[in-house]
Amino acid sequence: MSTVEELEAIVAKLESKLSALTQKNVPRGKIQQMSSEVVDSNPYSRLMALKRMGIVNNYERIRDYTVAVVGVGGVGSVTAEMLTRCGIGRLILFDYDKVELANMNRLFFQPHQSGLSKVEAAAETLRNINPDVDILTFNYNITTVENFDNFTNVLNTSSITNGPVDLVLSCVDNFEARFAINTACNEFNLTWFESGVSENAVSGHIQFIVPGETACFACAPPLIVASNIDEKTLKRDGVCAASLPTTMGIVAGFLVQNTLKYLLQFGQVTHYLGYSALTDFFPTMGLKPNPNCEDSHCRLRQKEFVAKPKTEMAVEAKEEEKPIHEDNEWGISLVNESVEEKEQVNVSEGVQLAYTLPSQSSIAECEEATVSDDVSLDELMAQMKSI
Amino acid sequence: MVDESTRKTLSNIALLKTKAGPRDKELWVQRLKEEYQSLIKYVQNNKDADNDWFRLESNKEGTKWFGKCWFIQDLLKYEFDVEFDIPVTYPTTAPEIALPELDGKTAKMYRGGKICLSDHFKPLWARNVPKFGIGHAMALGLGPWLAVEIPDLISKGVISYKEKTESGK
Repeated sequence: MSTVEELEAIVAKLESKLSALTQKNVPRGKIQQMSSEVVDSNPYSRLMALKRMGIVNNYERIRDYTVAVVGVGGVGSVTAEMLTRCGIGRLILFDYDKVELANMNRLFFQPHQSGLSKVEAAAETLRNINPDVDILTFNYNITTVENFDNFTNVLNTSSITNGPVDLVLSCVDNFEARFAINTACNEFNLTWFESGVSENAVSGHIQFIVPGETACFACAPPLIVASNIDEKTLKRDGVCAASLPTTMGIVAGFLVQNTLKYLLQFGQVTHYLGYSALTDFFPTMGLKPNPNCEDSHCRLRQKEFVAKPKTEMAVEAKEEEKPIHEDNEWGISLVNESVEEKEQVNVSEGVQLAYTLPSQSSIAECEEATVSDDVSLDELMAQMKSI
Repeated sequence: MVDESTRKTLSNIALLKTKAGPRDKELWVQRLKEEYQSLIKYVQNNKDADNDWFRLESNKEGTKWFGKCWFIQDLLKYEFDVEFDIPVTYPTTAPEIALPELDGKTAKMYRGGKICLSDHFKPLWARNVPKFGIGHAMALGLGPWLAVEIPDLISKGVISYKEKTESGK
């Protein structure tokens, strides 16, 4: 049996532990006005100092802006945290995935959040970090028919003034979702950033897309940063994708840096910035839209942009490197179509197209499914079932 | 990569004409008809060639597809549920085929049991928009995946043969 003194000591220890724990979970109250007062208790003092230093003219305007983050994974969660710490007005998060222990090699999420939806887990952490940020969450897959309309509706009506969001950030990990975002942004004329990290984790990029003004995601095949790895030595056995917290953190940093520059109007917003981790090489370039883009809304935005009176801009007249092989009017191809099709097209130093698109299909010899109008869809469905 | 075996597989599946996705009302119905015709013929050909390996059907709108696929090894038939959604950006982007019951059993999958496609699939698909359809996604995506992954999963003991009542298919 313990003595009374020993028990009292244990009680005292537990009480102090308990009070430390409960104290930790009291979030601060909301702050009505961003202050530039330099005191330890002001979470915005170092940000507002950007004004005093002449970098940003009006930092507190950040509270007027709404940013949508699509995909809250390795890049998106860090992006959301950075914007939250910067005091963004409203943050809208989209993701349909759950937190897993397999995500712990990346930043932001913690093991105890395993099993929670990424958007809910993220929102809780972010509200705790900065209760001033208004956070909306949507836990669904944006690429499916049942969710896409809601997705575009949210993008168009969820700003602080119930208008379109100020910027969309694509932090998704697949081609389908990027294409869905591209479709939505072209259709509703929303400015967005595409971002990505390669599946081998050693390269990444961000791309700024103003519909009609810069190349959209459908204007050309995806760009890839040359990783300088011999493809033959790249083993993919048994895995889909690798990831590193470093590469993802760097890409998220690029993304939010350019988001801040775009929203608060300082510095230059980069149209394309790549990152090759193995060589520490950062290719950058401008990207013009493809007049023959497959996306009709992209072509419509291009027409609108051409018709719009240009504002005089004090920008250096710099020769922009145009992507070559943007269109191929005559269908000229040098590729032996039955053998190797990986033609390397350098768009800019260190950046290539993921693949090239022939204007004619390489498979022409099989017949086409011809539809006779006297068969109804229901009949076809029944026929399929009965095989 | 259009090698000889791929070429042979493809010559079995009728190409499609209408470039329309599920957001394109009337045209989508036209596209769906083509999809069904192409699939019916492909499945019929497979049956005739004694190489029957999947069945699919869809909801009324043609946006959700589900069915079964099977793989035969040592005279035993291993059967799996297949499902996928038609993305709003179809046919520019291919459907992401999933085998939900294998989720978590192999690293060659993304969340929800979506199969990991080869580096060649996406460029090949992109070059053949809008001619490729669901049949092509099955033949070029799921077919090769099953052929590589299922024997491996069987040998590792991750999946085992389950006695099934003969459905007479």
